[in-house]
Amino acid sequence: MQASHSDQVAPGPTRYADDWLVIPLYNEATVVGDVISAALPTFPNIVCVDDGSSDGSGDAARAAGATVLTHAVNLGQGAALQTGISFVCEQPGARALVTFDADGQHQVQDAAAMVDLIDSGETSIVFGSRFLDGRTKPGFVKRTILTFAVWFTKQSTGMRLTDAHNGLRAMSVQAARRVNLQQDRMAHASEIVLQLGRTGLPWREHPVHVLYTDYSRGKGQSVWNSVNILVDLLFK
Amino acid sequence: MGGQSALIQLILLAAVAVVAVLLTRSTADARHQAIRRLSLMGFVVAAVFSIIFPEWLSRAANAVGVGRGTDLLLYGLVIAFLSYISTSHRRMNLMSRRITLLTRELTLAEARGERGPGAASLAPTDREDLEDRGGPTT
Repeated sequence: MQASHSDQVAPGPTRYADDWLVIPLYNEATVVGDVISAALPTFPNIVCVDDGSSDGSGDAARAAGATVLTHAVNLGQGAALQTGISFVCEQPGARALVTFDADGQHQVQDAAAMVDLIDSGETSIVFGSRFLDGRTKPGFVKRTILTFAVWFTKQSTGMRLTDAHNGLRAMSVQAARRVNLQQDRMAHASEIVLQLGRTGLPWREHPVHVLYTDYSRGKGQSVWNSVNILVDLLFK
Repeated sequence: MGGQSALIQLILLAAVAVVAVLLTRSTADARHQAIRRLSLMGFVVAAVFSIIFPEWLSRAANAVGVGRGTDLLLYGLVIAFLSYISTSHRRMNLMSRRITLLTRELTLAEARGERGPGAASLAPTDREDLEDRGGPTT
């Protein structure tokens, strides 16, 4: 697969034929079908890990054309992500994967741009960041929490990220094989950064636009979650 | 009596420190299990003894600077309880990890079945983490 320098070639089904989207899925039946339909033209390989949803999310994802893996019991987003990552690493010829949210917050073009960086050999790991350019505008409370998360991530992993809790991350399969998440729930976000940092492989950040729709705002990550994440990390 | 009550405080602090250290170590191996069982037996013996000879408990208490035998018993109970909590917490985490790995393996096995005969199974490093060398809980 040739590396072409992005903008001239339109994304078609063969360009990312060796790359995968990994989508952890829990009760997003109303939107996941649309998210997958929007991504499939660019990313033909999509694996959705249904983490014990009770609203038919798995069926919706399957109907939209994704490969769906199902957890027999709900384990948490971290566990679902790891299952998806392990799955992709088992696929022959897999080159890179992108972790992608099921609720429509992430943009397919951002994922594609991040995969381009990896497929072209420029880097092995790309962390999406909302704060590299001015596109994303989170509320004040969220910004404060995120600032603390960035500081904490720097203290615990030594890596200076501008956006520590962004679900959009791309990595080569080589890097993905070194990921082994033990945090099943929300603390996985810090753990994955730590593990990817430890690989010693080249990494960088890439600006991404996160869409805060009314839907996603309604189920957003509360302050309480932050407390739980901290406890999980300190007492693992 | 000041010097003597310092004795019980020292003993209790040491016990708490031991419990805290144990929190960080594996409790599943045969040695820890044996220690727990011996402690339990020791406790039973001491309990029976102090029921049959109640003045023994008071004397033991006074020797370390505690006024009443029942107070000594209470302190011992608190330490034992803390120890139980920490052990229990660790075992629950281990169990939770097992469930995750089991569920993941089931999920991936189903996927392999649908897509054709395939490759990996449980990573060797995970198997090591979960080795239970001690058998059932106390």
